[in-house]
Amino acid sequence: MERINNVADLEALRESLHAAHDPERPVVRVCLGPGCLAKGANKVSQAFRAVIKAKKIEASLQPLIKETGCHGFCSQGTLVNLDPFDLFYVQVKPEDAEEIVENTLLKGQAVERLLYGENGTRYRSSSEVPFYQMQQKIVLRNAGVIDPLKIEDALMAGAYASLAKALTTMTPEKIIDVIEASGLRGRGGGGFPTGRKWRIAAANARKNPGSVYVVGNGDEGDPGAFMDRTLMEGDPHAVLEGMIIGAYALGSNQGYIYVRMEYPLAIRHLTLAIEQARAMGLLGRNILDTGFDFDIQINRGAGAFVCGEETALIASLEGRAGEPIPRPPYPAEKGLWGRPTIINNVETWANVPCIIEKGPDWYASLGVPHSTGTKVFSLVGKVKNSGLIEVPMGITLGQIVDEIGGGVPGQDRFKAVQTGGPSGGCIPYELKDTPVDYDSLSKVGSIMGSGGMIVMDQRDCVVDVARYFLQFLEEESCGKCLPCRLGLKSMLEFLDRFAKGQGSQEDIGELHSLARAIMKGSLCALGGTAPNPILTTVKYFEDEYLAHVVEHKCPGGVCRDLITYSIDPEICNGCGLCIRNCPQECISGEKKKSHTIDASACIRCGQCMDVCPVDAVMVA
Amino acid sequence: MSAKKAQKAKETKKAKKEKEDGLIRFTINGQPVQAREGWTVLETARQYGIEIPTLCFHPAVQPMGSCRLCVVEARQNGFSRVVASCISPVQAGVAVLTHSEEVQNVRRWVLEMLLAACPASKQIRELAKEYGVTSTRFTVEHPEDACPRCGLCVRACDEVVGVRAISLGNRGIFKEVTAPYHQRSTDCIRCGTCLYVCPTGAMEQLFPQVSSE
Repeated sequence: MERINNVADLEALRESLHAAHDPERPVVRVCLGPGCLAKGANKVSQAFRAVIKAKKIEASLQPLIKETGCHGFCSQGTLVNLDPFDLFYVQVKPEDAEEIVENTLLKGQAVERLLYGENGTRYRSSSEVPFYQMQQKIVLRNAGVIDPLKIEDALMAGAYASLAKALTTMTPEKIIDVIEASGLRGRGGGGFPTGRKWRIAAANARKNPGSVYVVGNGDEGDPGAFMDRTLMEGDPHAVLEGMIIGAYALGSNQGYIYVRMEYPLAIRHLTLAIEQARAMGLLGRNILDTGFDFDIQINRGAGAFVCGEETALIASLEGRAGEPIPRPPYPAEKGLWGRPTIINNVETWANVPCIIEKGPDWYASLGVPHSTGTKVFSLVGKVKNSGLIEVPMGITLGQIVDEIGGGVPGQDRFKAVQTGGPSGGCIPYELKDTPVDYDSLSKVGSIMGSGGMIVMDQRDCVVDVARYFLQFLEEESCGKCLPCRLGLKSMLEFLDRFAKGQGSQEDIGELHSLARAIMKGSLCALGGTAPNPILTTVKYFEDEYLAHVVEHKCPGGVCRDLITYSIDPEICNGCGLCIRNCPQECISGEKKKSHTIDASACIRCGQCMDVCPVDAVMVA
Repeated sequence: MSAKKAQKAKETKKAKKEKEDGLIRFTINGQPVQAREGWTVLETARQYGIEIPTLCFHPAVQPMGSCRLCVVEARQNGFSRVVASCISPVQAGVAVLTHSEEVQNVRRWVLEMLLAACPASKQIRELAKEYGVTSTRFTVEHPEDACPRCGLCVRACDEVVGVRAISLGNRGIFKEVTAPYHQRSTDCIRCGTCLYVCPTGAMEQLFPQVSSE
């Protein structure tokens, strides 16, 4: 890889890469995002390679197989995009490779059965699919398009052009002005205006000359969230470019990306991207002949959720135990090694090159005032089209779940959506018209968070959901301050009692008061936001809490101590599947005659319900 | 000179004086107080004899803000925040409330949880009683436990003695005061500082486990 010495070199290289690329040559983009990988996408791309090799196609006509990052539509994996045909295949299996090569790549015909179909319509191109139609990809502009292991691919997609523009035509002060004017806010959850943060750090650096640091926070740890992971895996150069621009604006020479150890692929892709950028001279000394030096180092986190909190992250970077310290002083004043430090989420960093390229006015025109731009969400749970989405801010919750997500399978409406991960709130169906932006979400008691979105249906129990998130946070609390260390455990004790039908109406009020004490009294945001699931579920679903403690019933049919399984004799066809699957062997009945469950031996595992082919098993 | 003018002159004189003496003026429970730059709210309150309960605070070591018993409500410009007074620097014009409803709610819950977490501590029982908390609804898992994991002993060993024989090990609900590898420390000089500063008497039990032989 040759070093790029200046901006002219960079543009010359980009042009030569474009010139070498034949637009007629077929390109197969196999999604290797987390969802597709789990469904065996690796085998799909291997199958393509094997088939192409076996067919002995002439080298210049050979289709190019690209293993890309996440395309987003995870529930339909493995996803394959084919250019120049603009075809989009879903649920591709390794055995489909032969047919695709034969019919599509060689003859240009679509394989109808692999096209995505919804309500009787088959869609040829991904841009026509309803899941993608309301989305707008800025952060994920290249994820799913480029091969993240090849910097040439990123360059062809326009990477590092904003860096060249920033370094050669803009002053650091101008960059901060542009970021501030764009209205970009921190994507990690706090939502602090990015430009203002940079300005404070730059002012502190001037007052107190010396080293300044920039940090990319990729310590994503929310259950059900994979936004940062996908970004780091699918387009690591977007993060790097953003960080280099930020470093230039602040006069920093050293950056760190903090990634959790549980993301080996993200670490691998980032490491490769850094090595390639360094080899090309886009990182290191005298970047693009501007006299600006900057390098990035990856730090692997040991899997502590609290290390996503910036002061705990700094402690971890410095080699101390990952425990938060009280702010102020904020890291922009006194951060890593006591020096001004800018910590932004990797998604925030990935927005920066686009803002530099297209200008602050363009960015500010997206979304809504005070929450500009787009946000990436991982849409998961009881929703038909689960996956990774990027939408303009201000879109309503209902639009996301019903139009992009395709609604709840088998039910006409969702029950609630948990936004913002375990520290977020549970927003009920009645508030489905809530715009998804920082301020509207906090008004209804939730948070934007880093972008987890978990959809629940009528078969979910809010008490159980709150318990689940609290268990997670109890394990992840660092234990430094008492309200968090003891409080999460104590709230869980209340909920455990409710789930058993114990407790009283007064206890619900007491739990609310305890939740408030923890929210107000905790040291950092982990404890400060941990009660959100309880506060919101008590607020919006008080009747369900009452059903547990007063009527000793679980309306969702989840809390094991409060439910019984039974078989409807009218529907049961006596197939015996439940008898064979029951781990307690407590279902009896003759063949082709209605079966019965012995409630005294039943452990309420729900296996019978899951296997029943005629839905005869009921829970109440 | 008119009364109005006199009033104004008095005010400017007052403002000038305030500017010159470098003191920071605010109120605690409505009482006007003055503090030096760099003082914490807790230090100021103690200076004026205003009572704020603490567990993990000791003037000989850096405050850590972990027990949260010293929380106060700070009201300014229409905003209200609950902060730990031991680590909050004083701010001019802020109205501090040491016993507001929100503050008492935090304190009472922390004390009730402490009763379950440190049932063997007489000091905690007495402190809780002062705030009207005499029983706990939460499960007592370790009846012999008296340690709130406030880390005061660890900080004293480090900052005052300069030895670092003990540390806070593990995380979250498993947090504990311990010496490396759960062995008795070889660095400990048996000075007893940890015993002296421990606010709950827990160190008396722990000392034989962590101190040098």
